[in-house]
Amino acid sequence: MSRVFIGMGTCGLATGAGEVRTAVDKWAAAHGTTIDITATGCIGYCKAEPIMDVVTDSGHRVSYSNVTPEVAGFILDEVLLRKNYKLDGLLGQFKNGKAALPGIPLIEEHPYFRKQVKYVLRNCGIIDPESIGDYRAHGGFAGLERALGMTPQEVVQEVIRSGLRGRGGGGFTTGKKWEFAQKSPGEKKYVICNADEGDPGAFMDRSILEGDTYAVLEGMMIAGYAIGADEGIIYCRAEYPLAIERINKAIAVMKAEGLLEKKGKNGFSFKLRVKKGAGAFVCGEETALMASVEGRRGMPRPRPPYPAVAGLFQKPTIVNNVETMANASHILREGADSFASMGTQNSKGTKVFALTGKIANAGLVEVPMGITLREIVYDIGGGIPGGKAFKAVQIGGPSGGCIPEEHLDIKIDYESLKTVGAMMGSGGLVVMDEDTCMVDMARYFTAFITSESCGKCIPCREGTQRLYEILDSIVSPYTKMPDEEANLLRFNRVLNMETLAQVIKDTSLCGLGQSAPNPVLSTLRFFRKEYEAHIYDRKCPAHQCKGLLTYSIDTNACNGCTLCAKKCPTAAIVGERKKAHYIVDEKCIRCGTCRDVCRQGAVSVA
Amino acid sequence: METQSHTKPVGDVIAKYPRARENLISILQEVQEEYGYLSRESINHISEYLGLPSSKIFGVATFYNQFRMNAPGRIQIAMCRGTACHVKGSLNLLDTCRQLLGIEVGQTTKDGLFSLETVACLGCCSIAPAMMVNGKFFGRLDKKRVEYLIDTWKATGRVEE
Repeated sequence: MSRVFIGMGTCGLATGAGEVRTAVDKWAAAHGTTIDITATGCIGYCKAEPIMDVVTDSGHRVSYSNVTPEVAGFILDEVLLRKNYKLDGLLGQFKNGKAALPGIPLIEEHPYFRKQVKYVLRNCGIIDPESIGDYRAHGGFAGLERALGMTPQEVVQEVIRSGLRGRGGGGFTTGKKWEFAQKSPGEKKYVICNADEGDPGAFMDRSILEGDTYAVLEGMMIAGYAIGADEGIIYCRAEYPLAIERINKAIAVMKAEGLLEKKGKNGFSFKLRVKKGAGAFVCGEETALMASVEGRRGMPRPRPPYPAVAGLFQKPTIVNNVETMANASHILREGADSFASMGTQNSKGTKVFALTGKIANAGLVEVPMGITLREIVYDIGGGIPGGKAFKAVQIGGPSGGCIPEEHLDIKIDYESLKTVGAMMGSGGLVVMDEDTCMVDMARYFTAFITSESCGKCIPCREGTQRLYEILDSIVSPYTKMPDEEANLLRFNRVLNMETLAQVIKDTSLCGLGQSAPNPVLSTLRFFRKEYEAHIYDRKCPAHQCKGLLTYSIDTNACNGCTLCAKKCPTAAIVGERKKAHYIVDEKCIRCGTCRDVCRQGAVSVA
Repeated sequence: METQSHTKPVGDVIAKYPRARENLISILQEVQEEYGYLSRESINHISEYLGLPSSKIFGVATFYNQFRMNAPGRIQIAMCRGTACHVKGSLNLLDTCRQLLGIEVGQTTKDGLFSLETVACLGCCSIAPAMMVNGKFFGRLDKKRVEYLIDTWKATGRVEE
């Protein structure tokens, strides 16, 4: 029986992995054989999805990219029947202890994977995430086993020694958090895994949950043992249906195997459940998350008391991110030293980044701390597609900042990013090219924050709203302003924007508000010229801010085909057939349709 | 096609949950899954069940993005407005949807076929721009593909499996 692996995470499924699977089944039926299909999670090279690995007769696992249902049959023909492995879309072969197939590159030598270090993502895209046997075969639950052979104090010390810091954004030392909770008196304690990955532009938690479900749950059990908790809750966002399904399945299997809800070694018993989030960015903040689990509006509260002292239902609680939990299970399995050997002085281990935006190889990358942004963007990410110029990379989502070309060589760790006005956040890396307007980006993030602000404290609720209005006025045409006084007022506000941003940063209650102005402050710091072009010249250099654009038709180039006039949704284009057309500026909504449809290239925008 | 008929009474849907405040969000999610939205009646019902004022329940329901108070269309389009999608032009795609459907975000077409929403991030950033339609993901979109998809759905009245 032949074996095939198909990457069936959410990204794989969205690009047609389900159809590939059907095609493989059909091929098997047509050839009177059975093929054992393993649905894996995402290996991280999302650009190449759907990815299919075929195990050859010699037992080598060879990986192919961009597999369509038609190509799938062809690959199976070649690999299984003709033993021809060098095909279009070949990514490489996996190491398996045997002598490598001659002439086929190793997948870890692939440019996308060469600089990556797979620590926490080691199993994603490799194992069947729904099979506990497969997880065990790859060292699963050895970490829990080892932890249970130690005292809880020793487990905490091991995590402290590893130098692991929270991967959700703040970067607090995980072991210290556990130590506080361990020392808090109380019969009942909770472990919460924060899987409410709200940062737009980040999806590493989804990938880990979908691709290596058991590792996260194992990490939670280790945490539970270390702090003396008997209950764990995974707070997962509702937008991740596949992840929730897999966690529920995994919990059921672990129950059936006696790993959960049963007294084991050292009398340790643990129970796990999933709580579905209902869509609120602020619930990434731990006190807001706990309010949400309690069935209330997800609003943060001032700390102290810290959750480690009085958390969920007033009991000692630790809240850790998905990536942190998965790391913890590997640290316990392999020991603190192998983790601590990677990274920089104060930031140990690896970090997973979601590399997206204007980049050739979008996907999930895991790199050791201390690597430079340039290496990630150019060596792994393959640079900017279409010969465009790099402008900035946005790191850390709505709480982070934009880093320009001149700082691409900083070594990534928690501290170095702060010096350039950004932060690690959960690890979203959105690459922007010359066509991205930085004022528009600042406005976009501020709009996001205004709609996600919980409304509890005034600086965040009112301040971000005012900040948004200022940014909106910068990208809007003058005609919106009714009189002279309004114009003066507008200018006054623009002048005070930076002060306002600083006040929000200094006086907000929780992390959301304190970091909300970061996108504005960092773009002001590095891209002030773009703001000035918007404010003084009323022009958007990247041609993104619709309110400041003017569309016009070159009367010499226009041949009067009338196509643009027909397609214009507001009938803003006038002109006779076979004669030059004109755009009536007052009617134009700047949708760009005329420019898209013109075959003469006569429509220009400025 | 998704059923709009109230097959189960609210009481049956929520009976499996213990009467505790901490179950409120789960209950609201379950009710919305069954009926497509939270009607005034179901909120009153939950209020009696949990012994909580309906104003409190309304407060929670309006706080979270997931809950909706109006009946959705049979085809629910959720356009992703995450950072990666934004950089790759999802705002223009949203405009395309608004123009083609003749509705604003948060509305349902008169024939009840389409409703249009935005979502903060679908977590499919690597295949941006993306949208989710009745739970199915569509990635690497452009204007042409969106126009084609919406035209197809208009003609067939359902999302092809």
